[in-house]
Amino acid sequence: MRALTAEATGPHPVPEQRAVGDIVMPLADRDLQLALWMLYELHYRGFDGVDPDTEWDPLLLVSRAAIERVFERAVRQLVADTADDGDGLGHIGAPPAEQVTRELTRLTVSEGPSDTTAFLEQEATRDEFVAYLRRRAVHHLRESDPHSFLLPRLDGAAKVGLAELQYDEYGSGRPDRLHQELFAAGLRSLDLPTDVSVYAEEADAATLASVNVMSLFSLNRRLRGAALGHLAAFEATSALPCDRIAKGAQRLGMPEVAEYYEEHVVADAVHEQLAIHGICGGLVTDEPELADDVLMGARACLTLDGLAGQAQLDSWLDARSAHQPVRAAG
Amino acid sequence: MSAAKRVSVIECPGGPLLVRGADEVVGVDGQVTATDRAVVALCRCNRSDRMPWCDDSHRTRRRSKQKQKDERAT
Ligand code: FES
Ligand SMILES: [Fe+2]
Ligand SMILES: [Fe+2]
Repeated sequence: MRALTAEATGPHPVPEQRAVGDIVMPLADRDLQLALWMLYELHYRGFDGVDPDTEWDPLLLVSRAAIERVFERAVRQLVADTADDGDGLGHIGAPPAEQVTRELTRLTVSEGPSDTTAFLEQEATRDEFVAYLRRRAVHHLRESDPHSFLLPRLDGAAKVGLAELQYDEYGSGRPDRLHQELFAAGLRSLDLPTDVSVYAEEADAATLASVNVMSLFSLNRRLRGAALGHLAAFEATSALPCDRIAKGAQRLGMPEVAEYYEEHVVADAVHEQLAIHGICGGLVTDEPELADDVLMGARACLTLDGLAGQAQLDSWLDARSAHQPVRAAG
Repeated sequence: MSAAKRVSVIECPGGPLLVRGADEVVGVDGQVTATDRAVVALCRCNRSDRMPWCDDSHRTRRRSKQKQKDERAT
């Protein structure tokens, strides 16, 4: 954030030993991901004390484009590396929209709870649960905002479906039911700050990458198919984990936090259907050439969220082994 | 304001019924559940813990979910 405010004249180049092209592991590079997150945040709410005009500063736009190119290449590579044999549009003869909705359903089928959600439900201490909330805050305090940029980039059924989904994310006409606000209320109930910058500054690369990818897909019209595929995969893998996380929050006596997750069990069971069938199905019916992008976006969501979950798990285990060497293996 | 509200029902393959425009759901036992949501998903698999709403339990493998319920009961 200092780079944006240090000179009264506004954004300026600072010496950096590495060129963007030199970065070998963009998804694990915290500097790169934080820089990108800050550049995106200028398009959402910006930063206190930073001139709003920096949103369209040419130097920053050029920098963002360079970082995005590296980031997108890494995301596509990761998706290609992790695709399984059943991947792809294999249902010969079916219309592209049906192939995509079937494949989205297959990709998001539940294989049982992840280690992260099982841990939150049954084992996490209050501090460990709070550490999870602090990571997730980077996403949830801006929840659904990336996808609002997609609305003017769509037509027909996909546009109508997304507007309907967003209406629910944005509280269905009730400011106190705004999902971002439900999460903020959970944070406030624990005396935690609700300023997203606090959490972005302490987040690791995997967490930032899992959030940045939504802005990458949503702010580049070319990638609208990937953005909607990401949305579908996210919604379709949300209800079951949220059920367990809500139970964990109840177990630890955090009713406001539980409320956020409880809302997402029933809401995301609906959103999943809207996103897969109405939105992605609608998009591919109108623009069949976007089918591959939709599936790429869905896989990017599952893979990047998986990496962020693994980073969370590792940090819990590291913290435990630092305190209780004997239980480190558990 | 809008004219009479239209209610529509969409079947989701292997999943719930999506209902647009419902104000309440009346269960077989006569229990009335009200909703503010513009669209709701009604469970058709009978495995939801939040009847009448779908909670995505239809996506878990049948046996494991049943096992969970047995475990909880014991
Ligand atoms: S149809 Fe989804 S839980 Fe029953
Ligand atoms: Fe939400
Ligand atoms: Fe949702």
